[in-house]
Formats: sequence, C-alpha cells, structure tokens
Amino acid sequence: MSDPKWQPRIVAFFCNWCTYTAADLAGVSRFKYASNVRVIRLMCSGRVDPQFILDALAEGADGVLIGGCHLGDCHYSEGNYKTVRRFQMLQRLLHDMGIEEQRVRLEWISASEGERVKTVINDMVEQVRALGPLNLPQHRAEWDRETAHPAETALPAEAAGGVQLAGQRAQPEVAHA
Amino acid sequence: MNTNHKNGEVRIGFYICHCGHNIAGMVDCPAVAQFIAKLPGVAVSRDYKYMCSDPGQELIQQDIREHKLNRIVVASCSPLLHEHTFRNAVAAGGLNPFFFQMVNIREHDSWVHTDRAEATAKAKALAHAAVSRVRFHRALETTRVSINPDVLVVGGGIAGIHAALTVANSGKKVFLVERDPSIGGHMAQFDKTFPTLDCAACILTPKMSAVRSHENITLWTYSEVVKVEGYVGNYKVTVKRRPRYVNEDLCAGCMECITACVFKEGKFPDEFNAGLSKRKPIYIPFAQAVPPVVVIDPERCLQVRTGKCKKTCIEACADRHAMDFSQKEELVEIQVGNIIVATGFKLFDAKRIPQYGYGQFPNVVTALELERLVNSSGPTAGEIVLRDGRRPKSVGMILCVGSRDVKTNRWCSRTCCMHSMKLAQLVREHTDADVTVFYMDIRAPGKGYEEFYDKSLKEGIQFVRGRVAEVTDWAMAPEEEGKMVIRVEDTLAGFVRRIPVDMIVLAAGMEPQADAQAVRRMFNMSCGTEGWFLEKHPKLAPVSTFTDGVFIAGCCQGPKDIPDSVAQAGAAAAEAMALADKGYIEQEPNTAYIIEADCSGCKSCVPLCPYTAITFDEAKQKAQINGALCKGCGTCVASCPSGSIGQNLFEDEEIFSEIEGVLAYV
Repeated sequence: MSDPKWQPRIVAFFCNWCTYTAADLAGVSRFKYASNVRVIRLMCSGRVDPQFILDALAEGADGVLIGGCHLGDCHYSEGNYKTVRRFQMLQRLLHDMGIEEQRVRLEWISASEGERVKTVINDMVEQVRALGPLNLPQHRAEWDRETAHPAETALPAEAAGGVQLAGQRAQPEVAHA
Repeated sequence: MNTNHKNGEVRIGFYICHCGHNIAGMVDCPAVAQFIAKLPGVAVSRDYKYMCSDPGQELIQQDIREHKLNRIVVASCSPLLHEHTFRNAVAAGGLNPFFFQMVNIREHDSWVHTDRAEATAKAKALAHAAVSRVRFHRALETTRVSINPDVLVVGGGIAGIHAALTVANSGKKVFLVERDPSIGGHMAQFDKTFPTLDCAACILTPKMSAVRSHENITLWTYSEVVKVEGYVGNYKVTVKRRPRYVNEDLCAGCMECITACVFKEGKFPDEFNAGLSKRKPIYIPFAQAVPPVVVIDPERCLQVRTGKCKKTCIEACADRHAMDFSQKEELVEIQVGNIIVATGFKLFDAKRIPQYGYGQFPNVVTALELERLVNSSGPTAGEIVLRDGRRPKSVGMILCVGSRDVKTNRWCSRTCCMHSMKLAQLVREHTDADVTVFYMDIRAPGKGYEEFYDKSLKEGIQFVRGRVAEVTDWAMAPEEEGKMVIRVEDTLAGFVRRIPVDMIVLAAGMEPQADAQAVRRMFNMSCGTEGWFLEKHPKLAPVSTFTDGVFIAGCCQGPKDIPDSVAQAGAAAAEAMALADKGYIEQEPNTAYIIEADCSGCKSCVPLCPYTAITFDEAKQKAQINGALCKGCGTCVASCPSGSIGQNLFEDEEIFSEIEGVLAYV
C-alpha cells in the first residue's frame, strides 16, 4: 500500500445494452477517466455469475464493478433484478471473507449516462486506492501454507515452500508490498 | 496455455488498428502487437492504420489463407460499431465468423485516457483477454427468424402520417395508432409553415385523408398502445381503444348531434384551439379532422357521467343510429414485424417561468395560441386581437422560453427562431403592429431559413438581442401606461431597456412527452438524460433504436421542424420496409443450452426466463431450452447450481479466461 507505484486493478462486467453502450458514449464524448478498469462485455448483468467476481478477486483484482440497466429498464425485462439478488447475497459472503464491500460495486448506468461511467469509475478507483491492494493471490498462498498438513510442514523448508508455491498460480507482476 | 487446445491447434491472428490518430495517438500500437505476438498460439500479430478499410479486411483474409489462421482478434473500436464488419471479413476469409473476438481500445481506452503508458498497458490487458478467450470459441451458426411484414406506427402527427403512408404505399399493411380523436398532431394547429409560408392545413390535410382512404392502413384514433411483447419480426401489440360513444362507421360527420346537445353553448376549453375557444362535451376536434367523426368527452358528457341526460344527440341522429352509449373500452391484439414510434413532443409550460407573466397577464400568449389566432378557422377567424377585442399596436416576441436555459431545459428547441419570425411576419401581414423579437441568437440553419431571416429584417421587424428579464405592468413613463413592459438588457446596445407592448408572444420550447418514460419502457427503448428517445447511433443509425425492429421518427427523438420530421419518418419507414422485404432476420447465436449430462433437474432455471424458453422435460427429468425463444441474456446460465447451462459466445470458460487475461498484464 505504501508503494507509490501501486495502481488498483478493477475488473468490470458491463451489460451490452446499457452500461457498455454508456461507456462507448463516454468515449465518443471524450470524457477522461482513470485507466484502472478493464471491461468485460456480457449481454446482461444477469449473466454475472458470482463466481466471476470471486475469480477476479482471486486472480488479483482489487475490485469488481458490475454495470447494468436501471431497474425496470433491462433489455431482457428483469435480468438486473436477478443480479441484485445475487449481489446482495455475495456481499454477505464477501463480508464474511473479510473483503470490504466497497471493493465490489453494482451500478445502474443507462445507455445515455456516459458521464456517469466517468464519475462511477473515478469514484470507485479512488475508493479502492484508499483501501489498498487486496492481495488475494498472496493471501491464498499464505492460507495454503497455514492449513497445510503437519507432515508437509515437517519437510525441509525449501522443499515444502517449493511444493506449495508451485501449486499456486503464477503471481501477477504487481509492484507492491 | 498450450497451443494445442481442445479445439485442435489454435493459430491466432491479432490485429491492432491505429484508427488514424484516434487510437495510435494514445496507444503504442506496435508495442501492443509485439506484446501479443509472444503469447502462446499467436501466429500473426500486426498493427495497421485502418483495419475496417478494404485493405485492412483483405489483410485478415490473406493471413487466414497464408498462415492457416483459425482465430482472429481485432483491437479497434467498439464491437457495437464494427463487430459485423470484421465477422464478415473473417467469413470471407473462409473461417466461421464466430472464431472472432473484438477488443474495444478506442471508446474504452484511447479516447478516455490521457496517459500514453497507462492507455497502452490497458490495451495490452484487454487484447490479452481477447486472445485468451478466442481459443475457446467454437463454430456457430446464426438462425433465421421470419419477419411479419405488417408495421405498427405509433403517433399520428406529421411524422407518423408520413411513415404510415410510405410503408402503406409499398404494399405493406400498416396499423396507425393515435391517442387523440384525430390524426394531424401539432402541425394541424399551425397556420402557415416556414420558410415558404404555405398553409399547414393545405399541405397536411391531403395526407390525412390519404391515410383514411388507404386500403393498407388501419387507422385507430382515440387509442393507445398498452403492451408490447415479442421481438423483431414478431411483435404482439395490445392496443386500448377508448370508447368515443359514436360508431365510426355510421357517423357521417354532419354534426347535428353537436347542435342538439343539451349544452347550448360550448363550455369546455377546446384543445385544438389551445383553449382559446370553448367546445361542448360532444364535438369534432376540428373541421378537417380524420376520421371526420364526432367524439364524446367522457368526463364532461352528462349521459356518460351520470346516465341522466335527455340524450338529444341520439334523437338528432335517429336516421343513422351512430350514437352508441353502450361502447366499452376494448383491448385489441395485433401482430406486427416492425414498429415506428412517432409520439412527438409536449410544449413547455410557460407558467414555469413566472417572470414572463403567462397566466398572470391576459395578453401574454404562447406561440401556439397565436397560431390559432392567426388562423382563419381559429377562434377569432384570423383576427389578431387582444383579450378585450382591441387590435394590438405593438407585439413583443420572447424566444427561448424553456429552451437554452439551465433553470428549465438546456437544449435548443430548434424551431422557435423560425416559427417566431414566421408569426412576426404574419402579425405584420394581418395588422400594422410593430413587432419586436427578443432573442439570444437567431438560429436559421436550414434551406431558405437564413433568407427568411433577411426577409423578416426587411419587413421592418425589430430584433433586440438579450434574454428578457421580466414582463411587468408597472408603468414608469406615460407611454407605458396600460401596456406591459418588457425589461431586457440589450446586449448589442449595451444598456437595459424597457419596451412597452400590447401583446407578448412566448416561444415555448419543446419537451419530451409527459409519459415518455413509460412509452420508452413499453417499447424497450432508451432515453437520453433529457427524456428524448435515444437513437442507436447519432450519425449512422439516427432512426434505429437499441431494440431491433423499433424505429423512431419526429420530435420524440428530439426537437425538429416539419421537414426534418418528414425526412426522419421516411427513413424509419425505409428501415422497416428493408427488414420486412428481406423477410427474415439473422439472430445472434448467443443462446443458452442445457448440458443434459450435468443437469440435475432442480428446475431453478425454469422460472427465471422472461421468455419462457425453458421448460422441464418430465420424462427425462431435465430442463430444456427452446433456442428460438431464447434471447441470450444468460441469466439462467449464471444461476444454474450445477453449471449445466452453457451460453454460446459467452461460455464460462471464455469469461474466466478473459478475467485471467485482463489481470495478467498490469
């Protein structure tokens, strides 16, 4: 967190009809915003499987943003209502996992709200920046070490460490402590 | 990741577009291409000036042949703009078009960031994600859905009328639904039209009667669309037909029932005359109304309200028996392939700017009220008079009332400069009054419009540049006695002026209809923040919406004048006809499907589908998805507890690899 070079990484899931289009509009309008958000396009926010969010965090994202049509405006009538229900449940899970709720955000942004894309992204980047890195991949490695079988920990240190770390995914090249 | 994927050997071609300077100005395109070239499975990685150009597309096709590519990724603009272009190019190269993935590095990257290093890093991450994902792509086929050639036009103003006639003239059936008792819209209320000063009724009424007599048009006035189901090519629309208590087929429009009504005099504000005259509970909207049929106002008619009336109207119509108090509201269901929405605008309520005195001073009128006063069939038979019957000696016209104003509406209503100059010329023609126009800027950007402004100047109309501060009746000089005074800073002369006038005309601007949001939801359209319906692309798809088969025309899309409304209506009609004539639409193959081996038969997906595409097969104890009904939202996929629903183009593995891809590069 103290590393000034650290930049939050945020994965976004935007629905094709409203928020993705709004992000296109933000582009056409040349609104300038933080470059930390990487957008993945889905047809509907209803397609956002909670696993996508958990996976993104596990893979090294510091935050996840979900964007959909306003309630009542879903291109598919009611997909975003399903999103809300899943999102609320996921928030409880994240809370229990000790992940701050500001890291995962659900926003309704209609196709005409290009400016809102800018404000939401800038706002979220600042919030996540204030929270600091989530470091889930590193934490996962630590948890694995802590919960490893005593027999394994009894092995010579370099072998035990080596085996466990090899089992982890390659660490993303994040420049932070 | 291995080059040898489960789909066989993957050979990816990656192309990053400079888009001139649009992308290359902020993203280091060669660096991105070099970065992608090192990823496993990438056989070709190039940067090129304009990928969407013919040579750009040919480059892809040539590489597919020479390098035996079987996956293509293009990093350029939004897929909403050019995904089709590149899919076609991929198909022309001999590959299935769905072995393609697009990366948006213009709208989502180069245009919105200011740091070249950051923008380049983001482009690398997004491209990495697409390259990771495209490995999992499979060959897919589009499905064809047939299109019902019939068209629904909603709104019977000039835009709706023109659209309906254009479609009907091509031989297709049209349903034209209008909320008011007559078609004609605002244009029917106008006296003359700018800049040619030809009479609005003379050019509109022939089109209105053509609608009525056209064999291909079913005209339903006094009716509203209340429900829209289905999708492009196959919409099921429910129309509410309100009772007019007069049989449309039997009524000859002789109006004897109106004369016979127990109300001897008109008592209620006449909507057509902008409330300047009174009508009875039984009335005909205006002389040239289409259909030329009497209508009963259910909130005023004694018989409808209380059931206690002498029913003199029935007696008057004894020979035709057109009066029918037994009529009930009716819901009619129709099937159409395309819909044109032309629901028009609402006038800004000038009372919202109290300092202009509308509703306070009797001789402050709106431009629409003046239109009716000037019109020879209007309440004064074309005499421009004050409320007390005197002729005005001086008239002030205030522009931008509820337009270009941060306190009310920020947009320009586009027609007010022109229609105010038109009315100014008509006032000069009908009276010898002095006319002063108070404007911020004169906007006359149309064919013959600037010339019209010149003509106004030559005819002695005064123009004072400045936003009017207030209208007051507080006289400070003898010449102001008995008049209203316009207080304004003349920004050209550089001082504050007080200009006494007899009559003030407010050029009230245009606003979205009060129920625009409800209408938008019903037709699954989007609105801009102001409430105007949103076109699919402001330049290249100005009458399409984000819902296929729903088009917009006229002022519901934004303020515009008659020529522009008509042009847009013609364009919307052409779009609908093009779809109908093609006869089918290719559906994006992004449908969901059940992986039967994994389905546990829990049925949790079944109620989730808004299109009832999911059913449960009792014999097999498995869910089933009807691909023809599935619209591809993917909600069921995300909710399946056993992961046994897949979605073409948006498979779990594709999305997981995208997540991994965007996070692999900082």
